[in-house]
Amino acid sequence: MNIVKALFKSQGGIHPKYNKELSRDKKIETMPIAPLLKVSMSQHLGAPAKPLVKKGDLVLRGQQIGEAAGFISANVHAPTSGTVKAVAEAPTAIGAKIPAIEIEPDGEDKWIDGISGIQDWKNADNKELIAKIAEAGISGMGGAGFPTHVKLSPPPNKPIDTLIINGAECEPYLTADHRLMVEHAAEIRTGIEIIRKILSVKTVRIAIESNKPESIEAMNKALADIDGDVEIAVLKTEYPQGAEKQQIFAITGKEVPSAGLPMDVGCVVENVGTTLAIQDAIINGKPVTERVTTVTGNPVTSPKNVLVRLGTSYTDLLEFCGSTKNDVAKIISGGPMMGFAQPNLDVCTTKTTSGLLFLAPKEVYNYESMPCISCGRCVEACPMNLMPSELSFMLEAEEFAEAQELNVMDCIECGCCSFSCPAHRPLVQHMKQGKAWVMLQRRKKQ
Amino acid sequence: MAQEKQYIVSTSPHAHSGASVHRIMLDVIIALLPAVAASVYFFGWQALRITAVCIISSLAIEAISRKMMGRNLGIGDLSAVVTGLLLALNLPPSLPSWMAIVGCIFAIGIAKQLFGGIGYNPFNPALVGRVALLVAFPVAMTKWNDALNPDRWSGLAWAVDATTTATPLGAVKTALSNTGVIPTDLLMSSKSMINYMLGDMSGSVGEVSAIALIIGGIYLLWRKCISWHIPVAFIGTVAIFAGILHAVNSDTNMPISFHLLSGGLMLGAIFMATDMVTSPITKKGMLVFGVGCGLLTMLIRRWGGYPEGVSFSILLMNAVTPLINRATHPRIFGHVAKKAKTGVNDK
Amino acid sequence: MTTAILITAFTIGIIGLVCGIILSVSAKFLAVKEDPRIGEVEELLPSANCGGCGYAGCADYAKAIIVDGAPINLCSPGGADTLAALGKYTGQEAVAGEKMVAVVMCGGDNTKASKKFQYNGIVDCAAAASVAGGDKTCSYGCLGYGSCVRVCPADAIEIVNGIAVVHPELCISCGACVAACPRDIITMTPASETIHVFCNSKDKGPIVKKACEVGCIGCRMCVKLGGETFVMDGFLAKRDYSIEVADEIIVEKCPGKCIVNTKQSKTTGESV
Repeated sequence: MNIVKALFKSQGGIHPKYNKELSRDKKIETMPIAPLLKVSMSQHLGAPAKPLVKKGDLVLRGQQIGEAAGFISANVHAPTSGTVKAVAEAPTAIGAKIPAIEIEPDGEDKWIDGISGIQDWKNADNKELIAKIAEAGISGMGGAGFPTHVKLSPPPNKPIDTLIINGAECEPYLTADHRLMVEHAAEIRTGIEIIRKILSVKTVRIAIESNKPESIEAMNKALADIDGDVEIAVLKTEYPQGAEKQQIFAITGKEVPSAGLPMDVGCVVENVGTTLAIQDAIINGKPVTERVTTVTGNPVTSPKNVLVRLGTSYTDLLEFCGSTKNDVAKIISGGPMMGFAQPNLDVCTTKTTSGLLFLAPKEVYNYESMPCISCGRCVEACPMNLMPSELSFMLEAEEFAEAQELNVMDCIECGCCSFSCPAHRPLVQHMKQGKAWVMLQRRKKQ
Repeated sequence: MAQEKQYIVSTSPHAHSGASVHRIMLDVIIALLPAVAASVYFFGWQALRITAVCIISSLAIEAISRKMMGRNLGIGDLSAVVTGLLLALNLPPSLPSWMAIVGCIFAIGIAKQLFGGIGYNPFNPALVGRVALLVAFPVAMTKWNDALNPDRWSGLAWAVDATTTATPLGAVKTALSNTGVIPTDLLMSSKSMINYMLGDMSGSVGEVSAIALIIGGIYLLWRKCISWHIPVAFIGTVAIFAGILHAVNSDTNMPISFHLLSGGLMLGAIFMATDMVTSPITKKGMLVFGVGCGLLTMLIRRWGGYPEGVSFSILLMNAVTPLINRATHPRIFGHVAKKAKTGVNDK
Repeated sequence: MTTAILITAFTIGIIGLVCGIILSVSAKFLAVKEDPRIGEVEELLPSANCGGCGYAGCADYAKAIIVDGAPINLCSPGGADTLAALGKYTGQEAVAGEKMVAVVMCGGDNTKASKKFQYNGIVDCAAAASVAGGDKTCSYGCLGYGSCVRVCPADAIEIVNGIAVVHPELCISCGACVAACPRDIITMTPASETIHVFCNSKDKGPIVKKACEVGCIGCRMCVKLGGETFVMDGFLAKRDYSIEVADEIIVEKCPGKCIVNTKQSKTTGESV
């Protein structure tokens, strides 16, 4: 077990103000169950789950209430025991309206019977382990929400040699993953061992940015006596070192091919939160009913890392962290670089809610769409080596096909370009429009 | 209808570096202050007059043309001040004010606003202004004042005819075409080296003091408003070219130090060629651009009709900037080149 | 001196001659053979190049008429004159379609419809609609970021108080705005019709009421009063333009205030 520096440095990247000190040293607090939980059927990437309960049903914690609809989808479970009040559409963090199950907790928080883990996981069949993970409804908890059981079942023609545990948490403000590593290092270790067994990989790297010495120390301690090729890879503190493709490059020097997946270069990347959820599912048999999220921002009276039940509304979540002491101009679900701005606090916590951020008026800047002065800062900042200035110029003129030629689809929407633009151009929005157009053309073709 | 409190909603990212066009332009102005100070010291009232005339008329023309073309952007981005200032620094100190205003009309009205305003101009506006004047008023544009002329602070200095002396580059060119060899008094001594560094020679308002320009350049590099690529490639190419010529025949070719310190090279390489709008975006492209500027400058200086070629070379390279951009697109992450060594071969 | 001039003139002359020869040779060998009638038909078309006929501009439509035998009554900007001329040229019977104009089926301007947040980003309706579902509380209403204005070849659309308004007298019925609107609010209607349901919201009454003062609440009053000229599409009333409005009283009676007579509202608008 070693601590090593990541060998490679992908190009581009930026150094935003991290503001992690607001919540970095706050221990994870468990939030009492809110008076009403709205559990969304779309907490993951892919098709929304199919509701399994109806109004008036009694549910127990851990009871499956949504069934994965299709290959890329995930199960949903009741976060506590109580009565189903309604199955109705509710807004999601990205502004869509998706069916959600409203549960009024009965206060007993009773688990459903028959919750049991696979104690002898070391000798268990991989299929059984993956089935358990699928059953538990685990999806990537870093933000994208890719269903984990799909990630852990690579096709046989894609041999996996490296497992990367993503503890980079490069988004400013967010500290949930950091706290998980500090407080739950031992469980994360078990999770790592389980994934290592499922994928039968030899090489395991735990990627942590250099600005989290406490996490590095905690993980180092927990992994001290682990066998095999396991190392903590310390990444340079730079956004977006937590982005999958950049992280794989930093650690292995391999580039995930365009439009490819990490498995194309023999890698699987799992977030630390996901690793912990896998441990919970396999050892304790518990499905995902809660997650740790960071409620932060200068206007918040007491920023916290909160262990919160899925379905808790952002209003209740904020209330648990006091209130907002001064004016709020922007509310963001997630981090400031890739999170989604919210019109209100009606949205409810899901498996992908990595944080809830409040910004004061003077911390918000406006997109202005001034003319590009070709300063090249976006080109310098782009971790994918794209030319955002040129692309946005084309997309502004709605020349979508040309933008496609210039590989707009390779954009990972990390926001480095907009962050650096002195003309305050909405570059990421241009990219999103371009990508949406290309996706539409592809759907039309099918 | 009653409105509740509305939050701001936009796409990500919600954080910004704080950079702005205004701030970049302000930095360029700050970086030019040493050169302006040096010019006022060497040329007195004349330098102040021409600088003030150019800045004020540029701002006025910018405001008027933006209004006429229905562009709602104000003049607050300071880009017109930068253009006016750069044009002033490129003009002879004794140029009549009305000619300077004509130059500003060319620079702002034609080279910038007619092409769509800031960000859309293919050619460096200040240089277009200068070259337009050079073509329109060749005599006035090649009439140079002596630096440190004792009359430079006497009240009506601008009414006094300029004591016309040739610039060092001009003197060399004339001597070469008349006699075929460089007269000994023009050869570089260590004393003249120091004078050239400080700026004690005749020339355009802002081009004379290499030291002041380099200080400004260092400030711009520190503020990350320019990168080293263009100035280094430009000046380096001139140095190598001049060195080769001098080594081949030192009778007809001036040494490297002369070429670096005389004329508009420092001003051009640090402030004009690095103009963001009209120079390439990629680092590789910047190197190509700088080398191209250097080659053209030396070709014109050595074999061209004009003694100085910095302006022309930059304008010519401006014209090929889009091509350079196109040719130097960086390799996109994950688009593996044919001979890349990375392990993406398991398909 | 004279020799210099002569040499220059001679050189330039030679270059000109060579270029001329190349041009005339290439004109002969690279010429694209085209039916001369296509050009003649194109002359008859109004050169608006709006694409309203469904072809890529007037030249393409002219080609379609000659080569594919496309119907001659597709050109709306040209109107009756063009149709008559085309009929005469092709010998086809000229059956004029009714003149259609685009109407923005939304009345929720800034004073009447509420917004749920301040949008900041690209000034374009499709872009705005993709950010948290658009800034209007009503998820069916006109966003007012002018995507239709930018595509209109006749400058017939204007953003008035936060919503798009088509000036029917300028509309050339090309339909470009209909395609540009991400919320499908713009409809082509017969120019003679002035009574429209100015709402596009399929939401239930209470939701509509919260979002907008002039939304269709699905009360079916118009269906009761107006007979068959109004039909319900879920919770949204729609006009059937094939049947004339029998009684204009419905404009005043509509509880949602969303049935509007554009003729009246225009005159009142001017008097205000």
